[in-house]
Amino acid sequence: MYVYILRRLAVAIPTILLLVIFSFALMYSAPGGPFNSERPLPAQVMANIEAKYGLDRPVMVQMADYVWGVVTRFDFGPSFQYTDRTVNDVIAQGFPVTLTYGFWSAVVAVIVGVSLGIAAALRHNSWLDYLAVGVTIGAQALPNFVMAPILVLLFTLWLGWLPGGGWAGGIVVNACDPRDSLCWSAFGGAIRLDYVIMPVIALSTSYMASIARITRSSMLEVMNSNFIRTARAKGLPMRRVIWRHALKPTLLPVISYLGPAFVGMITGSVVVDIAFSTGGIGQFFVNSAFNRDYSVIMGITILVGMLTIGFNLLVDILYAWIDPKIRY
Amino acid sequence: MKLAQRDAVLLEETMGLAEIRGRSLWADARGRFIRNKAAVAGLVVLVLVALFAFFGQVLAQYEPQHVDFSLMGANAWRGVPSLETGHYFGVDSDGRDLFARTVQGTRISLLVGIVGALVAVVVGTLYGAVAGYVGGRTDQVMMRTVDILMSIPFMFVLILMLVIFGRSIFMLFLGIGLISWLDMSRIARGQTLSIKNKEFVEAAVATGVRPFTIILRHVVPNLAGIVIVYSTLLVPQMIIFESFISYLGLGVQEPMTSLGALINQGASQMNNGTLWMMGFPLFFFLITLFAFFFVGDGLRDALDPKDR
Amino acid sequence: MKMTTLLKASTAALLVTAGGAALAQDAMTGPNGEALAEEQVFVYRVLDEHSSVDPGIVEDVSGSEIVRDLFEGLYNDSKTGETLEPGVALSHTVSDDGLVYTFTLREDAMWSDGTPVTAGDFVFAWRRAASPELASPYAWYMELMALENVAEVIAGDMPLDALGVTAVDDRTLEVRLTEPLPYFPQMLTHATTFPVPQAVVEEHGDAWTRPGNIVSNGAYILEEHIPQERSVRVKNDMYWDAENTIVERVTALVINDENQALTRFLAGELDRTEVPAGQFPRLSEEYPEQTISFPRLCNYYYTFNLREDGPEAFKDVRVRQALALAVDRQVITENVLAGGQPEAYTFTPAATANFEVPEVEMASMTQEERNARAQELMAEAGYGPDNPLQFEMVYNTSDAHRSIAVAMSQMWAQTLGVEATLANQEWQTFLDARNSGDFELARGAWCGDYNEASTFLDLLDTGSGYNDAKYSNPEVDDLLQQAKTAEDPNPLYTRIEEIIAEDMPVIPIYFYAGNYMMDDQLIPSWPVENVQQNWYSKDLYFVAEGE
Repeated sequence: MYVYILRRLAVAIPTILLLVIFSFALMYSAPGGPFNSERPLPAQVMANIEAKYGLDRPVMVQMADYVWGVVTRFDFGPSFQYTDRTVNDVIAQGFPVTLTYGFWSAVVAVIVGVSLGIAAALRHNSWLDYLAVGVTIGAQALPNFVMAPILVLLFTLWLGWLPGGGWAGGIVVNACDPRDSLCWSAFGGAIRLDYVIMPVIALSTSYMASIARITRSSMLEVMNSNFIRTARAKGLPMRRVIWRHALKPTLLPVISYLGPAFVGMITGSVVVDIAFSTGGIGQFFVNSAFNRDYSVIMGITILVGMLTIGFNLLVDILYAWIDPKIRY
Repeated sequence: MKLAQRDAVLLEETMGLAEIRGRSLWADARGRFIRNKAAVAGLVVLVLVALFAFFGQVLAQYEPQHVDFSLMGANAWRGVPSLETGHYFGVDSDGRDLFARTVQGTRISLLVGIVGALVAVVVGTLYGAVAGYVGGRTDQVMMRTVDILMSIPFMFVLILMLVIFGRSIFMLFLGIGLISWLDMSRIARGQTLSIKNKEFVEAAVATGVRPFTIILRHVVPNLAGIVIVYSTLLVPQMIIFESFISYLGLGVQEPMTSLGALINQGASQMNNGTLWMMGFPLFFFLITLFAFFFVGDGLRDALDPKDR
Repeated sequence: MKMTTLLKASTAALLVTAGGAALAQDAMTGPNGEALAEEQVFVYRVLDEHSSVDPGIVEDVSGSEIVRDLFEGLYNDSKTGETLEPGVALSHTVSDDGLVYTFTLREDAMWSDGTPVTAGDFVFAWRRAASPELASPYAWYMELMALENVAEVIAGDMPLDALGVTAVDDRTLEVRLTEPLPYFPQMLTHATTFPVPQAVVEEHGDAWTRPGNIVSNGAYILEEHIPQERSVRVKNDMYWDAENTIVERVTALVINDENQALTRFLAGELDRTEVPAGQFPRLSEEYPEQTISFPRLCNYYYTFNLREDGPEAFKDVRVRQALALAVDRQVITENVLAGGQPEAYTFTPAATANFEVPEVEMASMTQEERNARAQELMAEAGYGPDNPLQFEMVYNTSDAHRSIAVAMSQMWAQTLGVEATLANQEWQTFLDARNSGDFELARGAWCGDYNEASTFLDLLDTGSGYNDAKYSNPEVDDLLQQAKTAEDPNPLYTRIEEIIAEDMPVIPIYFYAGNYMMDDQLIPSWPVENVQQNWYSKDLYFVAEGE
């Protein structure tokens, strides 16, 4: 097991290097630089800027320097666009936001999805089953960029229950009074829950649906397997059969789905950030891509890559821990 | 000599066996599929959507790029769906016939989905089959490469590529296809490992068929079931991907359009009293995805005869 | 001696407090005696995160809006934008040759940490803006101001103190120019010329503009800044005119999606947001008191690529004329945009101060006449149904640009049989393509840097860096040169417009209008007459309901 983890980690290093080099090459070949504007800059001004950011050095030197900074100091360099911030600052700013609503979305998706899936499976071929299947396919198909404006129209404009966007100060500062019932504090910060609700709904729905579908078919399979039949034949109560015997094997495919779901949620944060102006990592990424803020783009790409590796590893370990058949 | 003859007989027998079993397997599957009402309904809807996408323009009264200047922008609310004006689905916010646009968009979305899935399936299947069949070190290296590629946030890379190199439908096909072949290759490899030890493959090896031919002739066809299931489920994924890309404004180039682009354009007019602009493309988007999901589920149940 | 000063200062402070209290009591009246609302909090939407709030670096509109609130330069724009009001400088004198300006600074100007604003702060800021070390993209503005030795300083060939700006004493600033610029004082309302607190910059480095570190001399101080989310500034009590500053708190929210922003405006979360293209008529009908439209100093055009290696067809003036004629501008202004934008037949907006729009023939024709003329011209140029003109038109990604491009290409297709392919590009790619001439027909837009026709017409000068068409007409160049020193340049500008109407290097489409949804209590104080929209939060106020 440990050997396996070590081997996986060893693979991670060339992966990240590859990612760095690939994104760097992509950036380098792009037409239009971060300092282009409608008004072409005088050559001398441009030269000063390039000297400041070291863009006048040979490309190989730039890349080596960048990689060295990332590897030794975990330093992604200065942002070209936000002059008073480094890429690390930008990430420290946007990432907790994405993590917060991402975490809640994952929780909601798993809890609701698994419950719905199990309920549908236990009432196989009943109206509940058909309803669940229909709803989950619908939820999977409805794009979240359509859902987001509908949510805002509904909850903000018509009902007036929730704020239409923003992050109320973000999690890095104490944005709310801890005695406030809507205030949730963790990680040394606080966030008002009413700002989290719509992003979580928009982000979690399609994953909730996928998880429900996976759980349903997995549960059906498990319930038909011999060991469950035996358990039921022994006359064990249904509740006990499900909790003690069926749940664990049912969840296996759900767990292996969590890896891709995680990546999907990070990608989905792009839509959430744009639709709700939450200021998460997705918004930074898209804006930096459009503005050619190379260092921020690379920082975020590399970070997401690393997290993907880490998360996939975590999922595999979890899987091995639940499924005794797996040996590494 | 004698040995060789016996081999040949054995080969013939096993091949025949495989064939008989194969045929009955497919026939069984067809039977199971037809009994699945949801799947059949899905298939019917898919056929209808495809007919709409590829022949719908015959019914359209307008070219998709034709602008009616009196019905655009601030006057778009006048372009309500109507049989009399020939704008069956109304007009979009630029005064273009939404029926013709929806036909065009559905076609592009289907193409993106199918071509994307095709790229993923062809690349993934071949890659996985080769890795699984050759085995050993090659397999190790190939699958490690897949692991490495899997941790690259491809959606981000695709956004970057579209931003940097400008949008083109080719880039979209390529990018979307390349994101998805990784899963396929893993599945294909797993299946290949079990097929590899089947008698008919061993027989082929024994008679000296070249490895690549074995992969193409014997391994890949036996992956067909899983590949078909996977690709039906992949197509809707691709269509959703494309809509996401369109949302970012990086989709197909005007005046071409896709369902995602139409929905996005319609959604921006959502509180402008012209809901049909979002409604019609969204309807086609949803039924297409529903149909693909149902057909995919049906195929999986049919080809994988575990009772679900 | 020291004692007395201190006493004086505290008495002054007392007086100010008393004055403030008195003001608070009869309270709630605006500059013109309007009753004011209880709550004076302004929340507005910005499309995108601003680049910086460092006066030396800021280059975008939304950043400049914040910087104008946080810092104060020598002069401020008046509400109409046509005259100057004293800022940190009370007045100035000019030497006879127009090369040396001497500014007298006010005594009560303070930084938010209580230290006085001195001439030295300006010297530091200006040197910093030009320094190769800061490498500000706006160093060119210093060059535009024609300060002595500025090019050498930017190039690093001369030390910073060679720059033509010196503090004679704390209250006197001397500026030396290399050529007389009649509009020099007007240039001083621009953020690049604002003072910067030396001690704070040296202590915190690049991070000096973060809330907590930043010290500023304007009517507001930065309280909070969360990139891509919000930026909050609150009233600065150390500001010399704090007692007349009414709005207490100003928040800029970054909202990328204009329709989401509109929904949030309607839900009462915002006091100001842009009206999405085409929605103005509906919104002004539903919310007549909250929609405003006013002219802006910006034009919108498409430029031909007239380079040697550009498309052959566009070298034929008849083709250019025909394409320009066949664009039905009324459809674009009344249907696509529908927010009171004027149709454009000239390059310079009619809203430009002192500019007389010339009588160009095209403007007086009906669209049928224009179309007929365009068809004739195209036929003369040798294009017809069996030989259709084909080209690609580029615009940067945006819903409104798309709608206009779609409409134009269809107008050409329907009247002239021209096959125009659309190509949208991301902003940075687009700029690159336009600058390097990698296009056939490209969208363009320009907002006046100052309120005079030359800010637009300079774009058509052969030597101009922004002349993306690479249009070159010696007569235009000559007229522009003459206009620089002419007593009344406006007839010359009119003549240039006439030449442009002949040569048609660009197709003018329309002139911008500011279309906003705005809190009706804020509208009375909004500077709608200011065509450049250089607004200051300190001049804003919310009137009481029903006022």
